[in-house]
Amino acid sequence: MAETNAVQPVSLDPSRRRRLAEFWFYFSENRGAVLGFWLFVLLVIVALLAPVIAPHLPNAQYRDAVLVPPFWEEGGSAVFPLGTDPVGRDMLSRLLYGAQYSLFIGVVVTTIALLGGIFIGVIAGYFGGWIDTVIMRIMDVILAFPSLLLALVLVAVLGPGLTNAMIAIALVLQPHFVRLTRAAVMTEKGREYVTAARVAGAGPMRLMFRTILPNTMAPLIVQATLSFSSAILDAAALGFLGMGAQPPTPEWGTMLAEAREFILRAWWVVTFPGIAILITVLAINLVGDGLRDALDPKLKRS
Amino acid sequence: MTAVLEARNLVRDYHVGGGLFAKPRTVHAVKGVSFSVEKGRTLAIVGESGCGKSTLARIVTLIDPATAGELFIEGQKVDIAKDKLTPEMRQKVQIIFQNPYGSLNPRQKIGDVLGEPLLINTDMPASERRDRAMAMLKKVGLAEEHFARYPHMFSGGQRQRIAIARALMLNPSLLVLDEPVSALDLSVQAQVLNLLADLQDEFQLTYVFISHDLSVVRYIADEVMVMYFGEAVEYGPRDEVFANPKHDYTKTLFAATPRADVASIKARLARKAAA
Amino acid sequence: MPLLEIENLVVEFATAAGQFRAVDGVSLSVEPREVLAIVGESGSGKSVSMLAVMGLLPWSAKVTADRMEFDGVDLMTLTPAERRKMVGKDMAMIFQEPMASLNPCFTVGFQIEEVLAVHMGMSRAERRARAIELLDLVGIPDPADRLSSFPHQMSGGQCQRVMIAIAIACNPKLLIADEPTTALDVTIQKQILDLLVSLQEKYGMGLIMITHNMGVVAETADRVIVQYKGRKMEEADVLSLFENPKSNYTRALLSALPDNATGDRLPTISDYLVDEQPAAGAAS
Repeated sequence: MAETNAVQPVSLDPSRRRRLAEFWFYFSENRGAVLGFWLFVLLVIVALLAPVIAPHLPNAQYRDAVLVPPFWEEGGSAVFPLGTDPVGRDMLSRLLYGAQYSLFIGVVVTTIALLGGIFIGVIAGYFGGWIDTVIMRIMDVILAFPSLLLALVLVAVLGPGLTNAMIAIALVLQPHFVRLTRAAVMTEKGREYVTAARVAGAGPMRLMFRTILPNTMAPLIVQATLSFSSAILDAAALGFLGMGAQPPTPEWGTMLAEAREFILRAWWVVTFPGIAILITVLAINLVGDGLRDALDPKLKRS
Repeated sequence: MTAVLEARNLVRDYHVGGGLFAKPRTVHAVKGVSFSVEKGRTLAIVGESGCGKSTLARIVTLIDPATAGELFIEGQKVDIAKDKLTPEMRQKVQIIFQNPYGSLNPRQKIGDVLGEPLLINTDMPASERRDRAMAMLKKVGLAEEHFARYPHMFSGGQRQRIAIARALMLNPSLLVLDEPVSALDLSVQAQVLNLLADLQDEFQLTYVFISHDLSVVRYIADEVMVMYFGEAVEYGPRDEVFANPKHDYTKTLFAATPRADVASIKARLARKAAA
Repeated sequence: MPLLEIENLVVEFATAAGQFRAVDGVSLSVEPREVLAIVGESGSGKSVSMLAVMGLLPWSAKVTADRMEFDGVDLMTLTPAERRKMVGKDMAMIFQEPMASLNPCFTVGFQIEEVLAVHMGMSRAERRARAIELLDLVGIPDPADRLSSFPHQMSGGQCQRVMIAIAIACNPKLLIADEPTTALDVTIQKQILDLLVSLQEKYGMGLIMITHNMGVVAETADRVIVQYKGRKMEEADVLSLFENPKSNYTRALLSALPDNATGDRLPTISDYLVDEQPAAGAAS
């Protein structure tokens, strides 16, 4: 025992690197998660490097090359590897730039919904009583609307555009976080370690955000990844309805919308944006599963 | 010698129901209980489920207020329903719970579990907090390498040791032990009881030991109080209570406790053979 | 002929960390009309071995034994259907948490009659009469009224009585009680233990009492098996076990009882197990 201490003095303040290594160890036990993680990393790289790797500008129209099929089809050319859309823009370039929008939407919407939802949910769950009742009834009202309809109404009030669409989607997604947080806080609040922290002198703020909150993160992380993907989907839907990102923005949902009359004639104009959305959503959901496994010590085996 | 803890006529009522249709009902969980414990002594509170002993523990630990009655800790009157609890008072009483799996925050490393009380209540620098936590860890029989581990890596007995260490970080004078060994195996129970006895000797701790297990109570207690439906039906020095129980319930309780000695086995086998 | 005879029972669980051997070569036998206690701490494999006998282990468990016979029938070769016919009829079990063992959605009467319908094929009227008789037998007042009670309307002790009624409904030859009183108060524990022993004597059942409580052993058992980490440490009749324990582990268990405290500190297991450490280490 003395020997092990000599070799590796217990790191009292575990360095960031060690914690990361520990996290990666548990995370990498889930192969799907690792696959999802690399896909996601790839997506981020693509989004960041889009201006460098895209063969064309996203909005450059080549009027003599309208609806060119992908290069392996008859009539395709290597100039437009994934073909062109009805106004002659390069599909590949638009998809690459679209990744930027999708990630941006996912990150912003999820962050707003998560932070707001956690804050409101912790307050409701911890204090209970009339505060809880008021908060939860408001959330029930929001949940009672079909989510897309509510987002549409909000966008109609705020005015169409990507920013307003993101705010609207965040507002619509937020009650899910509130409910999850509240339920988890209420369960954890009664646990003895919370009482023990109270007896140690911890005040309400510390109890809420330092003691209880970290123990409610597992379901929230899963919900956050789901929201990330549904934010992308909702934004696409709003774009499709003309209320989100406005053309000619190369947002995947807007691209789908623009292409819907050509589904039968040119399969590639809808298939590639669809696949892009599918892969992104799938990758994020896989990562979510892995995160849950890695972050929840109750599931750890040692 | 002054009493570290004195309770006069503690009462605790709960209001239950009172929904849309149900009439609110009042449950008397504790009905006027008085006792006192002197420094370095152990008072055992015995009773079955629902007798109010855990409610009493929460009152004494200053978690919940009493509905009526007076509570003195080291001679100072405390009423958390009226006044805000001072940090000094908070540090004097600590509690250890029954379930060692629920009483440690699963997301806190052991070092942080032990350091937290100091972080909240003192402005000690981090290095000193660490040294103190480390010293306490060793005192309860764990080792340095346990410092950076999470609670789920420990057995029930080890977790109970950690809970004890956490309770002692603030140098309390009174320790409330709510069934601290009933979730543990027999052999581990013995170790934890020994540890509690050692710590009591070393720090002159005062214990309020809540239990349903009479054999443990007989081993550890100086005074014994038996509770039945919120009332203290028996209260006195251990030997007196065990030798000469006055209340009928106490007698029933003693008679119902299984005996694991050779004489009673012989008696039982003889009865069986005769039947 | 013994009622239940097990030789060299091994139960292994496939876990993420590899094979875990919960029961390691345990042999035991129960005679008719005998009370056998299996004592051990958590992780001693005492419950697992009996669940193996009942065929109630999850699929991840691998059960092997040289012999596992109940009432002359080889349990290892039974089909699942044949086994189901036997479990609950000739061989019954009660568990630690009475509240959790009863289905909260159905009345007590329904749950007793269910067993009778499955195993005895009685008519509705017969079932009802038998259910009332059983509740009376286990000491529940107003049995006819209580048939329509739901489990949450009863106390823990009463629920355990109902569990016992269900277990003995088909006159089993063997009753396995897995920590039947651990979740109950001392005074209720006494009543339940008395009830179990009196029923056992009245109907001449074999009774296996799984417990960690030496007091319960002393109050009920004829013969005792002490288990530790999946292995049998000692087997003796109850008096000689307490009077003259042969294995160090048993001695340690007995001396760790606060009743037997001599000094102001209790001896702990490690004080005794020093010489048995290698064996214990090999088992884990």
